[in-house]
Amino acid sequence: MISPETVLARIQAALPQARVELLNNPSPSGQHSLVVHREDALQVAEFLKTDPELLLDYASNVSGVDCADHLEAVYHLFSIAKKHGPITLRMRTGDRDKDSVVPSLTRVWKSADFQEREAFDLFGIRFEGHPDLRRLLMWEEFADHPLRKDYVAPDDYEYEPTPHGDLVQKSAATHA
Amino acid sequence: MSFQPHTSSLSQANGAGTSTLDVSLGPQHPSTHGVFRMNVRMEGETITKLQPVFGYLHRNHEKLAEKMSWLACMPYTDRLDYICPITNNWAYARAVETLAGIEVPERAEYIRVIVGELTRLQNHTAFLGFILGDMGAWGSALMYAFREREKILDLFEWLTGARMMVNYMRFGGVRCDLPAGWLEKARAYVETYPAFLDEMEALLTGNEILLARLQGVGVLSAERAINGGLSGPVLRASGVDYDIRKVDGYGVYPRLKFRVPRGTVGDCFDRFMMRILEARESIEILRQAFAQIPEGPIVNPAAKQRGFKPPVGEAYGRIEGPKGELGFHLISDGGEKPARYHIRPPSLINLTLLEEMCVGTKIADVMVILGSIDIVLGEVDR
Repeated sequence: MISPETVLARIQAALPQARVELLNNPSPSGQHSLVVHREDALQVAEFLKTDPELLLDYASNVSGVDCADHLEAVYHLFSIAKKHGPITLRMRTGDRDKDSVVPSLTRVWKSADFQEREAFDLFGIRFEGHPDLRRLLMWEEFADHPLRKDYVAPDDYEYEPTPHGDLVQKSAATHA
Repeated sequence: MSFQPHTSSLSQANGAGTSTLDVSLGPQHPSTHGVFRMNVRMEGETITKLQPVFGYLHRNHEKLAEKMSWLACMPYTDRLDYICPITNNWAYARAVETLAGIEVPERAEYIRVIVGELTRLQNHTAFLGFILGDMGAWGSALMYAFREREKILDLFEWLTGARMMVNYMRFGGVRCDLPAGWLEKARAYVETYPAFLDEMEALLTGNEILLARLQGVGVLSAERAINGGLSGPVLRASGVDYDIRKVDGYGVYPRLKFRVPRGTVGDCFDRFMMRILEARESIEILRQAFAQIPEGPIVNPAAKQRGFKPPVGEAYGRIEGPKGELGFHLISDGGEKPARYHIRPPSLINLTLLEEMCVGTKIADVMVILGSIDIVLGEVDR
């Protein structure tokens, strides 16, 4: 098994200018993560995939996380060649609004394709350079991002306006 | 891009006498295994572009989980891949156990292996029926397969009270012990299973039509399969030696001897054979587990179920599900509800390369390629 500390040391040796830091995970799982600055992420990802010691060729999982003042895209990387992992890689957006942008890693790992679309759909993280960034699960016209912590679900989420709305209201008033 | 069905007319026909046609396949189509839609562009009968459309069965499972206690998420996992609910329970339980550092007693690990491998058997059995349906042999093969699957579901019903929505695993163990006589019945059933597989193989493998429909169709290289994040039998069919039961060695799998079948070509036929070979290995695993299962507690008494609060932190836990790598990424803020609950669904991610596999083949092959991936929409759309 390979530790995130080893991975960090290798990144720092090969790419000294890349901004990567270790984030401690207090859980018994001991899966500490590497937080990579979004501007260096693509370079670091390419290195992780091709470095002969690491060969993290399999981006298994991508999830979005809502962290109050910013959003995170979390990647769980494994190596099929070396049979080690997971290495947790995190990228942070600038804020939750205009600057909720991180680079897409789909060009490094194709497996991120649908999963980044899902994080875009449900969290509103915009993956710059994604080949086809559209909603995955919600419909195109849907405006909000339902997995954000501040999302307020409508009272009747199956409600759809129809041309008979006025008549229905009138009828309800008559029987009230 | 947006697709409009039936826009092209014969006046646009090119020199070869074919025309471009956009077809929306699904969502209500018997071969899409649920409510799955594909926008397909064809030149004549040859696929030039394919765009999957998701979300018809979306219920925002992950948001629901954030509003419930950790334990209350368990029955919801049954509804992900509803063909194999027990392995869904297992993946979630394993992720929570990784998150909170919970040990699982030996007997519970053996019970998990037994029900997990029975689930794999019935999933691969159902697959044999479904793929034959996709090839046009609708009915007979599916009935043969479902007859066998029903016998395994009977065992599950006896054990858990439900055929499919089992809600069986708990943090640090399982919900209830094996009833008296269950193990003997299960053992006797598993011994009849190789004869069924032989019968299926005599009918199917080697059948000229089946070979023509499967061989050389939807070929995928090992390199592309890895980069596309494919997992499970679909990944191994492309010749990649990667089985999480071996790699992670979770539970009691390191004590059990079994082989990991691999394909050589990476076409639909290899994916078909993977299921048969894996089912045969599952029988070997089950025989060993039946022989080795010890007495003892079935759940870790120190593990809290109701009112469970895992320590602050996060974990990614995964198992080798019948369809591939089923993982859960869980984040805890120390509270009674998950702060973040993310599922890595093998069915969705195995579709990443569907377009690559289909482009250049005929429209009739799309159904077979989709069938060979083996998806369940409850898991794709969540």
